[in-house]
Amino acid sequence: MPLPFSRRAHLAMATATLAAVGLTACGGPTHAASAASAATGGAHAHGETAAAAPAVATSAVTIDNFSFTPPAIRVKAGTTVTWTNKDEEPHSVVSSEEPMHSHTLAGTSNTFTHTFAKPGTYHYNCGIHPFMHGTVEVTA
Amino acid sequence: MNPDDAFNTELSRRRFLRHAAWAGAAVAVTVSGGVVTSKVLHHGSSAPTAEDFSFVQISDSHIGFTGAANPDVTRTFQSAIDLVNALPAQPDFVVHTGDLTHFSTNEQFDQVKQMLSTLRTGQVVVLPGEHDSTDDAGQKYRQFFGAGTQGDGWFSFDHRGAHFVALVNTINLQKLGHLGPEQLAWLEHDLRRVSSETPLVVFSHIPLFAMYPDWGWGTDDATTALGFMRRFGSVTVLNGHVHQLMKKVEGNITFHTAAPTAYPLPHPGDGPAPKPVVVAADRLHQALGIRQAHLVPGRHGLAVADQELQ
Repeated sequence: MPLPFSRRAHLAMATATLAAVGLTACGGPTHAASAASAATGGAHAHGETAAAAPAVATSAVTIDNFSFTPPAIRVKAGTTVTWTNKDEEPHSVVSSEEPMHSHTLAGTSNTFTHTFAKPGTYHYNCGIHPFMHGTVEVTA
Repeated sequence: MNPDDAFNTELSRRRFLRHAAWAGAAVAVTVSGGVVTSKVLHHGSSAPTAEDFSFVQISDSHIGFTGAANPDVTRTFQSAIDLVNALPAQPDFVVHTGDLTHFSTNEQFDQVKQMLSTLRTGQVVVLPGEHDSTDDAGQKYRQFFGAGTQGDGWFSFDHRGAHFVALVNTINLQKLGHLGPEQLAWLEHDLRRVSSETPLVVFSHIPLFAMYPDWGWGTDDATTALGFMRRFGSVTVLNGHVHQLMKKVEGNITFHTAAPTAYPLPHPGDGPAPKPVVVAADRLHQALGIRQAHLVPGRHGLAVADQELQ
C-alpha cells in the first residue's frame, strides 16, 4: 500500500504546533483527557524521544516491555539487523522509510531480520502498537 | 443459521442502498426477525423519523490470545454471546468493534465468524482492530468480513431513522489510529446526504478522541472526520481497543469506549505500557462485558447500558 507522504507532513506540522504552545499530555487519565482535545492532540513529542537517544553500535534489537532496546542503533551499510520479541504480547517491525514489514513476532516465531543496504537514518515502529518507535542509522 | 447469511444479507442490503442513492432517493431500512425490508421514500420528503430500538456492541475478543490475563478467551467470548442471546429484547443488530482475533489467522477468523453467527439478532456487523489487520493491511480480515464494504472495510447504513457509520482506523499506523484521505473523502460524501436531524452513530476500533496518545489511544486525522459531524444534533461514537469503559463529551459528540470480552488493560498512564492486566480468576468477568445501546427519539445521543459478563 503506498505511503501517504502528506500524512507524514501533517503529523510533523501537528507536532510543531503542539511544541509551540507547550502542550504536555503526561499524567493521569483526567489530565490527559482534558489536556488533549479530539484527535491531533495525539501528536505528542513522546515518539521523538527514541530518535533523540544516542545511537548504539549494535545489530541486535530486543523488544521488551513494549520498547525497542536500544531504541536507536548504528550499523554499517550491508549489515543485517535482528529484532527479537521477548514480550508475551505480539509485536511487529514496520517502516515507511525502508521497505520493511515483519510478520507478527510472537511465540516460536519471534525474530525478524532485515539488511540495510543504503546509508541513512530510518525510523520504524511496531505495527500493532505504533507508539513504539525506533531508529536505525546506517553509515557508509 | 448459515454463517454467511447475515453477511450476505448485509451485502445485498448495501447494494440496494447504493442503488437507491444513485436514484437520489432516501431509504428507510427495517430489520425484523433477520429479514431486511426497505422502503424508498419519495424524493424531497422529510427525514425518516427515528424510532425506538436497541442494538448491542461487543469488542476486543482476541481469539487466539493465550496469556495469564485470560487463559480461555473463547469461553469468555461465548459468555458474551450467551448474555446477548439472553437479553429480554432481541437487539436489532450486533456490532463487534474489532480485535476479533489476536493473530489474524484464517482459523481464528473462521472461529469468530462461526461464533458470531450464533447471535440471536437481525444482523451482525464488524470492523477490524489492529490485531486483525497487522500482517497484511487487513486482506485476510476482508476475505471473511469484507463483503459489501468499501476501501479497507468501512461502510455505512441506515436503520430506523438513524445513520450508522463504521470506520477503519487500524491500518498504516505510525503512532496513532489513522483513517487516511480516501476514507475521509468517502465519509464526507457519505454524510452529505444525511440530514442534521438524523441521529448519527459512528463505530471505530481505536478511539477518535485523544484518550491517551502516549499509548496510541487516539487517531491522528480524527479532527477532519469529527468536523464532518459537527452539524448533527446527535452524534455518538462507540469504540473498542482500550479494554475499559470511559465516556467523554465534546460538544455535540459523545464518545463511549467499550469493555472487552478478552482481558482488561491498565487505566491510561497506569504503568509503562498497555500490557494485559492479570486479575483474580473469579473477578475476571467483572472486567469484561457487553453493551446495549438504545436509541430513544428526541434524546440527545444514545442511552448505553454496560453489563458485566456472568
